[in-house]
Amino acid sequence: MATTIQVTVNGKVHSHEVDPRTLLVQYLRDVLGLTGTHIGCDTSNCGACTILVDGKAVKSCTMLAVQADGCEVKTIEGMAEDGSLHPLQEGFREKHGLQCGFCTPGMIMASADLLSRNPNPSEQEIREGLEGNFCRCTGYHNIVKSVQYAAKKISEQEKVAQ
Amino acid sequence: MAGDELLILFNYLNCKTMIPNKFDYHRASSVDEAISLMAQHGMDAKLLAGGHSLLPAMKLRLNQPGVLIDIGRLDELRYIKKEGNELVIGAGATHDDIAHSAAARSTFSMLSEAADLIGDVQVRNKGTIGGSLAHADPAADWPAVMLAANAQIELRGPNGARTVAAADFFTGFFMTALEDNEIITAIRIAEPPKGTGSSYQKFMQPASRFAIVGCAAAVTVDGGVCQKVSIGFTGLADGAFRASNVEAALTGKKPTEENIAAAAQLAGEGVMPMSDHFASEEYRLHLARVYAARALTAAVR
Ligand SMILES: Cc1cc2nc3c(=O)[nH]c(=O)nc-3n(C[C@H](O)[C@H](O)[C@H](O)COP(=O)(O)OP(=O)(O)OC[C@H]3O[C@@H](n4cnc5c(N)ncnc54)[C@H](O)[C@@H]3O)c2cc1C
Ligand code: FES
Ligand code: FES
Repeated sequence: MATTIQVTVNGKVHSHEVDPRTLLVQYLRDVLGLTGTHIGCDTSNCGACTILVDGKAVKSCTMLAVQADGCEVKTIEGMAEDGSLHPLQEGFREKHGLQCGFCTPGMIMASADLLSRNPNPSEQEIREGLEGNFCRCTGYHNIVKSVQYAAKKISEQEKVAQ
Repeated sequence: MAGDELLILFNYLNCKTMIPNKFDYHRASSVDEAISLMAQHGMDAKLLAGGHSLLPAMKLRLNQPGVLIDIGRLDELRYIKKEGNELVIGAGATHDDIAHSAAARSTFSMLSEAADLIGDVQVRNKGTIGGSLAHADPAADWPAVMLAANAQIELRGPNGARTVAAADFFTGFFMTALEDNEIITAIRIAEPPKGTGSSYQKFMQPASRFAIVGCAAAVTVDGGVCQKVSIGFTGLADGAFRASNVEAALTGKKPTEENIAAAAQLAGEGVMPMSDHFASEEYRLHLARVYAARALTAAVR
């Protein structure tokens, strides 16, 4: 029994018939072609598949596409705006927050949830906020610096805007 | 166009993703509808809340329901409020909702402490307290806290509503007093008397973050003496349980370091501990004593 879903992904409304057992990550990657969201473990542990659903970080390998019906989804592809990188993306580039890059989309989406709740997190808070995301390359130090870079940049941008 | 479709097919065929068995999906628009859908589909149906226990189990084919009834978006189940002298938590409140609830923290700080220690941010954003209690994983955090808080669990089924005390709710390994056609609607926790402190202390499996041993303690001190002591354990045995021997050993005594240490020594006595490649029976029993002392000490601080 296929189910019709309507999901807004990165600001664009999509409507598809899906088999209810389709995982959200499969829907994003295989149906919408948004392969920036990675599948690392497929067992809810590594966080590579993290995206935002209604602004909150979730592991898209542990959510059905039908559960996202009517929701706003944001993936790594939706982070850059008007051709300029999101401060988090810029931070990961500037501070060498990635090596192989496999974990990076999930790291950035989990960091986006963190910064939306806590715009000025301490190092400890950043590490706790990224507990659900594994990186097998960097040793995390530069990831923390990348998030700190983004936090600073966002607060500067907001000051200018005021 | 055809290329696109081919690409999609190619991706599907190469897909290494674990996909659950086929099932029919219904999103319930109310608790009443969920109950009638359960009655209609019987044993073949399962409720889906946050999906953070059920979906991993379905991907591994440990669980293969033919029908999923989604209650994950029901606002009528997602709230945390004070009602008279009770804290009422809707079954659909997420771990994250509870971690950030001032009402929960002011009732028992162990509620926020435990919520904050569940899995990671992503898990807390989706997983619900109702799902955790229904699932009754022997290493889950909420059951221990519900026991120490003397919580009342509200259930609703085709024959109406009933309330079960936490102490009667957890009946064994992934087993509860919940009937197949019932749904957990809320958790009621009475405001504790003045002078009550609480704490949840957990030694976690470093990879899964589930409890190897978790201890929730609530202690009411009046006139310099422990008047009421409630302790719930998780992770130690095949289900969460009340440590009535430790409770009795501290009740009527002063909350001193020595008295707490003596009571905590009794933790795990008479219990058949679990063991796995990570923690042996002896190690779990040792942790039970250490974590009982830590939880009691933090509760009376
Ligand atoms: C990576 C990871 C780490 C985790 N770490 C921890 C941890 O450290 N500590 C911990 O305690 N838990 C942990 N969990 C489990 C998590 O807390 C789950 O969210 C929780 O156990 C189940 O809640 P849910 O809403 O996701 O339920 P679901 O998975 O949707 O459902 C679980 C079961 O409960 C039933 N059910 C759901 N809601 C109701 C209801 N209202 N009434 C009756 N039955 C219902 C379902 O039919 C199903 O059988 C972890 C999970 C993951 C994936
Ligand atoms: S792929 Fe989803 S958590 Fe690892
Ligand atoms: S950069 Fe390789 S896994 Fe993080």
